[in-house]
Amino acid sequence: MPDQLLFAMEVTLNGLMAGVMYSLVALGFVLIFKASGIFNYAQGVLALFAALTLVGFQDGQVPFAHLINAVFKTNLSTFGWHLPAIVAILLTAAVMVLLAIIIEKFVLKHLVNQPPIILFMATIGMAYFLEGLGDIMWGADIKKLDVGLPQGISETVESVTDSIFGYGFFIDNLDIVATVVAALLVLSLTLFSQYTKYGRALRAVADDHQAALSVGISLRFIWVLVWSIAGIVALVAGIMWGTKSGVQFSLSLIALKALPVLMLGGFTSIPGAIVGGLIIGVGEKLFEFTIGPMIGGATENWFAYVLALVFLVFRPQGLFGEKIIERV
Amino acid sequence: MTQDASGYTAAGGRKIGGVLMEMKNITLRFGGVKAITDISFDIRDGEIRAIIGPNGAGKSSMLNVISGFYVPQEGEVWFKGYKRGPMKPYQVARLGIARTFQNIALFDGMSVLDNIMTGRLTMMKSGLLSQAIWWGGAQKEETEHREKVEKIIDFLEIQAIRKTPVGRLPYGLKKRVELARALAAEPKLLLLDEPMAGMNVEEKEDMSRFILDVNDEFGTTIALIEHDMGVVMDLSDRVVVMDYGRKIGDGTPDEVRNNQEVIDAYLGVAHD
Repeated sequence: MPDQLLFAMEVTLNGLMAGVMYSLVALGFVLIFKASGIFNYAQGVLALFAALTLVGFQDGQVPFAHLINAVFKTNLSTFGWHLPAIVAILLTAAVMVLLAIIIEKFVLKHLVNQPPIILFMATIGMAYFLEGLGDIMWGADIKKLDVGLPQGISETVESVTDSIFGYGFFIDNLDIVATVVAALLVLSLTLFSQYTKYGRALRAVADDHQAALSVGISLRFIWVLVWSIAGIVALVAGIMWGTKSGVQFSLSLIALKALPVLMLGGFTSIPGAIVGGLIIGVGEKLFEFTIGPMIGGATENWFAYVLALVFLVFRPQGLFGEKIIERV
Repeated sequence: MTQDASGYTAAGGRKIGGVLMEMKNITLRFGGVKAITDISFDIRDGEIRAIIGPNGAGKSSMLNVISGFYVPQEGEVWFKGYKRGPMKPYQVARLGIARTFQNIALFDGMSVLDNIMTGRLTMMKSGLLSQAIWWGGAQKEETEHREKVEKIIDFLEIQAIRKTPVGRLPYGLKKRVELARALAAEPKLLLLDEPMAGMNVEEKEDMSRFILDVNDEFGTTIALIEHDMGVVMDLSDRVVVMDYGRKIGDGTPDEVRNNQEVIDAYLGVAHD
């Protein structure tokens, strides 16, 4: 096989894997949008907050240490323990559920029946609040997140492809793990929403609030449920991105990359979030590889947004979104 | 017809029981507008009770009070012998009061089967964890509820469309699916808001038959709002007549038909 083609295949594979990382973030958006029609601007910050909390628990950091030190003139920093990754992850998941309950109680509950733009503004407020809270609780320094996920070039893939094509593919182990995790996540979310009572209630609420009430579904419970799930999805995204590039505050900006993914896949489709992420991942890598050198490179920064723009013009509901039909 | 605390015998020899639901001096206001003014009536166990009246009489508001979508400013709602506090609609649903809507409120994106299954949500007992990992109780429970739902599907003759997304169904069938979802909850009291609105004669006949069968076979008490007078008079045991938010008549179809105030409300009265 010609080298060019093999190289393109490698780029495509890498693109697919990068796309999975985008999909993970986009998934959280879709869950909340489907169930409550809210575009949750805070989804990226949720991922950041989850990652910060996870590192904090793992390293036994004292929350609010800076604040406490400043007020009481103490010198606290750590509890001096180091939690196993799985315990820290479970604790963080519990924190995300608690956060969902707090958000419902103090924000969403008071904004029932408000127009979507109000709820959108509220999530922007939440985003900045959470970012600040994360800063005060755990500090603003860049942290290393290590929950034992493999990182670096996968030697298995390299040797296998080398023996088949005579050319070893460079694939990051972390990307492979992310792909497997994302697949499991989507599978379990789909099964949960299709075949369980709460999944059915969730879809019911997403479809029609009034009808949902009339069959005895509590909207508030469903909102807590959905924000909890979105929080846990954010935790997964936070773990992946945090492991890849360290836990830093720019992590909240990955939410921006999820926007074109959503426009491609449709705001209401879980498979859409995945496929959209993959297309963007592959698209920007291949574009950079083929067209990039001709126009001076650095196309990865804007390619996704231009693609999203094209979609907005020709297919505003996205690939998998609900078709907008007005019956007259 | 003789009525007392223990009930009465309706047409066809059906035994009607004691009071299931009682509305006492209900007044409902929206700002300065009175939608319902000081209305009292009862619904007895096992009967088909109709609420009729011209457009804007407050019938749907009354149904919304019963189902908890509106909370009246004055008056008391009694159900099964207990006074009901202010409740959210989902809490009312869990008491065993199911309803359909005038402009159909179904889950359009879900299949007919899933729509009807939502009617049984409140009866499913397995917890969140069991549901999440789909283990033990959850699976067995799902199967049991599925069987009940299949019976209702048979009963309403909608086997052919079980897997169809509701959004694609014609109007008449949607109405039937909505009834199926309400029945799936095995309600003590079934509220039907204009079950026959917009239907042709044949569809109306089908729906009337289903309503009578539901009442007969499951012993479900039914309160319904309907515009078609022929249907109302044929179906119901007792009728409440409303006009401008007030009650102007209450009794058997025959009594109501001959009530002068009711005739005036429907035909208009000459003022001189």
